[in-house]
Amino acid sequence: MKTSIATGPWPKLQRHWDIRAACNFIGGGTGTGLILGAAAAAAAGQTFAPALLAGLVFVACGLTMVLLEIGRPWRAFNVFFHPQTSWMTREGVVALPLFGCGGLALVLHWADGPQLIVQALTVLTAVTACGFLYCQARILRAAKGIPAWREASLTPFMLSTGATEGTGILAALAATGLAPSWAPAAALVFGLVRVAAWRHYGKGLKAAGVPGASLTALERIGPMFLLVGHGAAFLLLAAPAASPEFAFLPAIGGLLLATTGWWAKQTIVMKAAITRGFSIPRTPVRGSGTSRVVTKPNWKTEAA
Amino acid sequence: MTRYVMVADLRRCVGCQTCTAACRHANATPPGVQWRRVLDLEIGEYPDVQRVFVPTGCQHCSDPPCVAACPSTATRQRADGIVTIDYDICIGCLYCALACPYDARSKIDEPLYAYGEEPTASEQTRFDPRTIGVAQKCTFCVDVIDAGVAAGLTPGKDRAATPACANACISGALTFGDIDDPDSAVSRLLRENKYFQMHEDAGTGPGFYYLWDKEALPL
Repeated sequence: MKTSIATGPWPKLQRHWDIRAACNFIGGGTGTGLILGAAAAAAAGQTFAPALLAGLVFVACGLTMVLLEIGRPWRAFNVFFHPQTSWMTREGVVALPLFGCGGLALVLHWADGPQLIVQALTVLTAVTACGFLYCQARILRAAKGIPAWREASLTPFMLSTGATEGTGILAALAATGLAPSWAPAAALVFGLVRVAAWRHYGKGLKAAGVPGASLTALERIGPMFLLVGHGAAFLLLAAPAASPEFAFLPAIGGLLLATTGWWAKQTIVMKAAITRGFSIPRTPVRGSGTSRVVTKPNWKTEAA
Repeated sequence: MTRYVMVADLRRCVGCQTCTAACRHANATPPGVQWRRVLDLEIGEYPDVQRVFVPTGCQHCSDPPCVAACPSTATRQRADGIVTIDYDICIGCLYCALACPYDARSKIDEPLYAYGEEPTASEQTRFDPRTIGVAQKCTFCVDVIDAGVAAGLTPGKDRAATPACANACISGALTFGDIDDPDSAVSRLLRENKYFQMHEDAGTGPGFYYLWDKEALPL
C-alpha cells in the first residue's frame, strides 16, 4: 500500500499482467520447444529424458508463476470451468495430458519400460505441448483490450520463439551430452523462422496502427533482439563448422536464442501491452459550436 | 426482451463527477477504483481546443469479450444484457481486464477505505469483502434494478430501480433504460439524436451510447 499526504492511502491497483504472467509464456514456450526436441530425439532412439524433464519443469514453473499472480490461488481449479470460449481454460485443460504423458514417459523410461511405449508417450507429450503453446498464443490474441496482442501475426511469432527458445536450451544441453548433437542445427533453423515471424509481426503492428507506446517498446528491443538474439547466436551455433575447437560455442548461442526470446516475450506481455485507451470519434455540438472528427489519441496510424 | 443500456449526452455532461461520487457511495469502491469514471478529454491543439467530458465504465457489451475470455465463468451476461461478476468464482487472473477495450476492470489485493484503515459507516454497510483479489467493475447497480423490477418498478423511469450514477447526474446527461422498449427514454433519445459508441470497430456492441448532436432537421 502506498501512502501519500496529498492523496491519502492508496491500494495496490492492478489492471495489467506483470512479470509473473510473462513467466508463464516464457516457461510454456521454452518448455514446448524442449519437449519437441525430446520427442524427436526419442523417436530417433537418442538421449531424450533430460530434455523432456527440463521441458516439463519449464512449463510447470510458468504455471506456478501464474498461480502466484492470481488473486485467489486456492480457487485455481475454477480455471477449468470455461473451455467453450476461454483460451486460458483450454491452456489448463491441455496441460493435464501434457504432464500426464510426459511424466509417464519419464517414469517408464527410468523403469526400463517398453521403449516403443516410451517413444509414443514422448511424441504424444510433444503434440499436447504444441497445443499448450498454441493456447498461450491465442490467449494473447483474444485480449481485445490490447491492440499489440490482437495482431494475427503474433501467433506465429509466439509459436516460433517457443520452438527457438526450447531448441536453444537443447543446444546448450547438447554441449554437455544430455541432448542429441543435431540440437544446434535445429535451433538455427527455428531461429531463422523466428526472425521472419518477428519481422512479420512488426509489419503487422505498423499496418494495424497500434498505440505508439506499444510500437516504441518493441522497436526499442528490435535491433538488439535481431543482432544478439539472432546474428550473434547464429554465428556461435555455426562456429564448430569453422573449427572443432569451437565446439562449446553453440551452447552459448543456444542460450542467447533462449534468453532473447524471453526478453521479447516479457516486452510483449508487459511493456507493449498498451490498452486501446479512450477515444471518441466526434466531439459534441454545444451552443453555436460545431462537432469535429477526432483521431485516436497517441495512436500511430502510419508506419512508424 | 429487455436490454438495459446507458445513454450519455456529451452536450450536457459538465464533468462534475457527481455520478462518480454517487457510484462510489452506492458501491463502496475503494480509493483509486472508479466504476463510473468521467474522462476529461482535451481535443485539438492550442488555440483551437475543445474540452469534452465523457462518462465511461463497463459498457455492458452485447458481445462482451470479458465473458469469452473468463476461464472461470465468473463473468457472465444476463438476459437483460448486464454483465456481472460472481465474486465467489472469480480467481482474479485479470484476463478479463486485458480483454476489455474500455479499461473498465480493476483488482485490488487488500481492503482500503476512503479515510484510512477504518471504514466509514457507509463503507461498513456497503463494502463487499468478496471483491478483494478478484476483478471488479460497474454492475449497472444490478441489485437495485432487480429489487426495483421485483417491486413492479421500471428501471430508468423509477429512481428506486435506476443505477446510482443516472439518478445522481445533475445535468440530465446520463439516462438509463431498456433499449428494446420503444417508449423508453433511452429509445427516444437515440431516435432523436446522433450518437456513437466507443471503439465500435472492436465489435463488442457496447451498451453505452454517446449523444453528440441532434438529428438533422428535415428540409
